[in-house]
Amino acid sequence: MARPTSPADAAGLGKGRAVAFVLPAVTLIAVFLIFPALWTIYLGLTDYRLTGLAAANPRIVGADNYAGALTDPRFQYSLWLTIAYVGGSAIIGQAGLGFALAWILRTRAGPVRRAVEGVVLLSWILPGTVVGFLWYALLDRDDGTLNALLNTPGFAWLLDHPLLSIIVFNVWRGTAFSMMLYGAALENVPPSHLETARLAGASVPRQLRDVVLPRIRRHILTNLLLISMWTFNDFTPFVLTGGGPEGRSEILPVYVYRVALRDGQLGVGAAISFLILLINLIVALAYLRLLRGRSRYRDTAAAGGTPA
Amino acid sequence: MIRHTIGRLTATLFIAVVLAFFTLPMLWLASAPFDDTPAITTSIPDFTLRNFAAILDNPYALGSIRNSLIQGGGAAALVVVLAALAAYALSRVRVPGRDALLYLLLLMSSVVTGTAAMVPIFELATRLDLIDTHLGVILVVSGGLLPAAIFILKDFMDETPTSYEESARVFGATPLQILRHIVVPLVRPGLATIAVWAMASVWGGFLFQFILLRDPAKAPGSVILYTLYTEGGAPKLDLISTFSLLYSLPVVAMYLFVSHRYGFRFHGGIKA
Amino acid sequence: MRLPTRHPWRRPVRHRGPAVTAAIAVLALTSCGSGGNTPQDGITLTIAANSIEGGKNAETAQWIKQWVIPEFEKTHPDVTVQFQPSGVDDEQYKTKIALDLKSRTGADVIDADGIWVGEFAQAGYLKPLTEIGGAAVEQWEGWARIPQAVQGLGIFDGKKYGLPQGTDGRVLFYNKTLFRKAGLPDNWQPTSWQAIIDAGTKLKAAGVPTPIQLNAGTAMGEATTMQGVLPLLAGAGAEIYAGGKWTGDSQAMKDVLGLYRQIYGGSGLGDPKLQQEAKGRDKSFAQFADGKIGILAESDYFWRAVVEPRTGVAPMRDRNEAVGYARIPARQPGAGIRGQDYVSMSGGAVRVLNPFSKNPKLAWDLLAFMHSPEATKSQLAGQARISARSDVNDQVLTVDPMLKYVADEVLPITAYRPGLAVYPQVSTALQEATAAVVSGKSPAEAAAAYRGKLEGLVGGAANIAG
Repeated sequence: MARPTSPADAAGLGKGRAVAFVLPAVTLIAVFLIFPALWTIYLGLTDYRLTGLAAANPRIVGADNYAGALTDPRFQYSLWLTIAYVGGSAIIGQAGLGFALAWILRTRAGPVRRAVEGVVLLSWILPGTVVGFLWYALLDRDDGTLNALLNTPGFAWLLDHPLLSIIVFNVWRGTAFSMMLYGAALENVPPSHLETARLAGASVPRQLRDVVLPRIRRHILTNLLLISMWTFNDFTPFVLTGGGPEGRSEILPVYVYRVALRDGQLGVGAAISFLILLINLIVALAYLRLLRGRSRYRDTAAAGGTPA
Repeated sequence: MIRHTIGRLTATLFIAVVLAFFTLPMLWLASAPFDDTPAITTSIPDFTLRNFAAILDNPYALGSIRNSLIQGGGAAALVVVLAALAAYALSRVRVPGRDALLYLLLLMSSVVTGTAAMVPIFELATRLDLIDTHLGVILVVSGGLLPAAIFILKDFMDETPTSYEESARVFGATPLQILRHIVVPLVRPGLATIAVWAMASVWGGFLFQFILLRDPAKAPGSVILYTLYTEGGAPKLDLISTFSLLYSLPVVAMYLFVSHRYGFRFHGGIKA
Repeated sequence: MRLPTRHPWRRPVRHRGPAVTAAIAVLALTSCGSGGNTPQDGITLTIAANSIEGGKNAETAQWIKQWVIPEFEKTHPDVTVQFQPSGVDDEQYKTKIALDLKSRTGADVIDADGIWVGEFAQAGYLKPLTEIGGAAVEQWEGWARIPQAVQGLGIFDGKKYGLPQGTDGRVLFYNKTLFRKAGLPDNWQPTSWQAIIDAGTKLKAAGVPTPIQLNAGTAMGEATTMQGVLPLLAGAGAEIYAGGKWTGDSQAMKDVLGLYRQIYGGSGLGDPKLQQEAKGRDKSFAQFADGKIGILAESDYFWRAVVEPRTGVAPMRDRNEAVGYARIPARQPGAGIRGQDYVSMSGGAVRVLNPFSKNPKLAWDLLAFMHSPEATKSQLAGQARISARSDVNDQVLTVDPMLKYVADEVLPITAYRPGLAVYPQVSTALQEATAAVVSGKSPAEAAAAYRGKLEGLVGGAANIAG
């Protein structure tokens, strides 16, 4: 792979200065991230509540919260919903659409490109509180804009297809990040290589597989890691469906909100937060394995298969 | 040739669909604030500016946007500066297991930004005397954003070639000078992107801002937006739509400014 | 590798400058604010309420700022009173004040829902008023003016923790215009559940799209419990918590769920979809005002803030002529709790004292002042509402027949919820049971599932009756 690695210390930082550069961030992270995170993980081992008797005298309950959550059908259901939500909206939707946009826009310039990038980015940066209203106005059963456009009055998108609704919503919301990342990644693919492949008669999917993929594999990994994690922790769909109807769009962050804030069971909520962390870790390891395993195969294929 | 034309046509059609898909939900924001009787439906408004007058009557509305700017801008600046320093050092100096460590921090940030971390964050802020201060909000949200910012920026820094730094070093530049004069210009679009991302993340955040602040004169727009309801929880759509528009404008303006001035994309255009 | 077109280090430095300067400026600026705004000398008292000018419950915020604070400061020249408004969802406001009290800070006088008193007291966040305010509390003139049942809003384990601000009652609202179309009387008062169903069937036959709106499901939240399950349960002769035990899958509970089935199980009397929508309750209000719903169970809030002709959320210009109200009947006459023919449920807000207040005696003075007859009258400021004080109600409610009806006819037969920390979860379990029935499960199945959940919540079958 032809990208610069970082040979040890090009700028002559030295250990001391490197530490000084990292220290401010590390201090802030230690105080405002690691400390509360560890505290939260500890709370997950107690029956702590915001109010009531358990607020005055929380007890250590060990793994009870974890056992309780894992055997709660509502948690299991919520977990499957979340996996479908992350898979559908982040991995397929955002990454797929983001790549498609980056690929198509790469050869274009001018107002069309600016307009597309503009609206995609706008959906990304609008405040979460506002986009909930926007999508509610779009999908509402009685007065929604979509039903007016499609001439399907009374079609209850949010009630009959709650998961699909929030998946499409999150594709709209988050595609910008993937588009930007892949846009930058595609700049690493020398146009001459693509041209050669095209002249050799390679179809677009084949060009993508043999020429593009090997060069952007690392970006794919970064992108998938980040968008999966963000989507796993995304609370915005709550504004749209409130987790309903009857829990059919209650993804894990909404489940935690209900348990921790509405029911006041902070211990259980903390335990589930830690479970979400573990699931993310497993997902990350799976990505690493998948992309590493493939990389060896593709590298050899790319080296031997296409003229360079 | 035919294949090419069909491909081109398909691509154009695709772009048109994408444009429609991304524009459609925003129509409400363009129509409801100007509507005399705004409803959920997007419609050609009975044009009025009365809603704007009404939102200006709200004693906290405009101030809350200023507070959002302080908190969002403060967090964005803090995150960009600290993350750039840390990402540069981590990119250039080899620390064993740094990628795994960085990813671990990223995972922890997902715990801390969730509802369940409410009590630890609040207690921490209380002990540090940060309740009801802008600084408290800035520090708490920055803690959650930093790992992702470092993670992304380190990727940029890894991509930039080190040869310039080496030559600058030969001419006697200090590491801080190298960072300021060589690395930062190279990754500037990335820094700008991170700044807008950080600001947008803080801009929409509600829960921590709400529990950390007491005086509504310090509350950001996201908190004030939630007060525009009736006693029974029904939204006052005239105020909400109008405030949503006003409250979105600064982020959009910041994006336009940044993308015009620094470029808005990842990496610095250095091709390997 | 391609070289950049310019040598990067020749570029001017100005681009990087602003960010760093801004960061430092912001940090410097914001750290100045951390000192708080307590005046140097004199005493400061703070009032916290879930209301805010220009937003939710704006009238209360205005009253505190424009009446309470200046009037109290007149008689207490050395005291400064501050107001800490919120104006958000009740759950979020509750979280905030719980966090404050947990860390022994927060306002001196705090606005709270009566239902929170028990769980806050159990957590040690609240203390009985006499322990904070001293002997002055028992001697307060107001106790004689607040009916015992209403005082109950601020009582936990027999001790007074808060002063009630007011209360409400639940009734059946009906649209007289639609009733006339269906040949139903203007002066409707059902005496049994069957009578409601009969009226619904006639409305249906007369072409009313949604004859009955009985809140169901989790999306409606507490509105399902308060306007639906609990009054019906009272009408079937049971309370959700009585004698230290929770009501499980008893016959009364099955009867309640049976009524839900009659309305939502394919009869067309209710709109099952509306119960699932995130904003279903708002929509039901709009539909009632629009003449699409015949009968709707709600608290008097509906009358004074929803269909209120001028400032309501779903205003009805002809409210006084077109909207009727009737007591909620028991399943059949005499089948309600305490052998009643009619039932209701009530709730209401209280004001409590912060046990960690630095000036507890003065805080009590302020609290008592906020509940004096003059203050109560000023808070109502022309808008009719059922206050806690009967002396004020006698003067104020004469202008509004509906609220007088609630005060005279409904409050004597009403009941209150148990103020325990686990109650919100029990309430959710009840909402889920109704949701199951609305989506097609049988009442027996839903009741059994509810019981299973209840056992997990309240610590086993020993704490469940029926």
